[in-house]
Amino acid sequence: MLNFTIIIICVLVCIALLLNTWRLFEGPSMPDRILALDTMFINSIALIVLMGMYMGSPLYFEGALLIAMLGFVSTAAVCTYLLRGDIIK
Amino acid sequence: MSVIIEIVVMVLLIIGGLFLLVGSIGLARLPDFFTRLHAPTKATTMGIGCILIASMVLLAATQQILSVHELMITIFLFITAPITAHMLSKAALHQRLSIMEKTRNQHLVAFAEKRQPPKR
Repeated sequence: MLNFTIIIICVLVCIALLLNTWRLFEGPSMPDRILALDTMFINSIALIVLMGMYMGSPLYFEGALLIAMLGFVSTAAVCTYLLRGDIIK
Repeated sequence: MSVIIEIVVMVLLIIGGLFLLVGSIGLARLPDFFTRLHAPTKATTMGIGCILIASMVLLAATQQILSVHELMITIFLFITAPITAHMLSKAALHQRLSIMEKTRNQHLVAFAEKRQPPKR
């Protein structure tokens, strides 16, 4: 029963990723695309955690932590680029 | 693994997955950037927190490991989501994106665009 629930939630998260991808290609402005990328990072963290639960191993959370940090740093860097025109002063 | 823990994990997973889906639907469907910003930064953060806590409960019940990784990811995401939302809204104000007509207090937009960082 638990494995079935995990697969259903995986389907929901994949639909969410497809909607994010649509916004990423469709988005009328640049901050929309950055927001879609940030949401895609969070949804992929959810997918990795669900895979770790399905396989029953605690090894996948290092990857999830790395993706979380990369998502924050990349979003902050692109926002700084949009605000100031360069990333590092 | 007892039935109660399984039910708790399933309820947390369903809540988390529904919140993730609602956040992404809001990102795809809402009309304006500043309204679109609400959906992923609130609903998606709540959903990912529920899924990570479900994973932590499941690992603690099945393998007797109290893994702190999920708690770390949760706290990290809960800290960084408002920061990214703030930076994105500042970038959107800087780019002068169009605002919905029903937005209240629109005279504050010009003030927010001109604001400078505090002097050291």
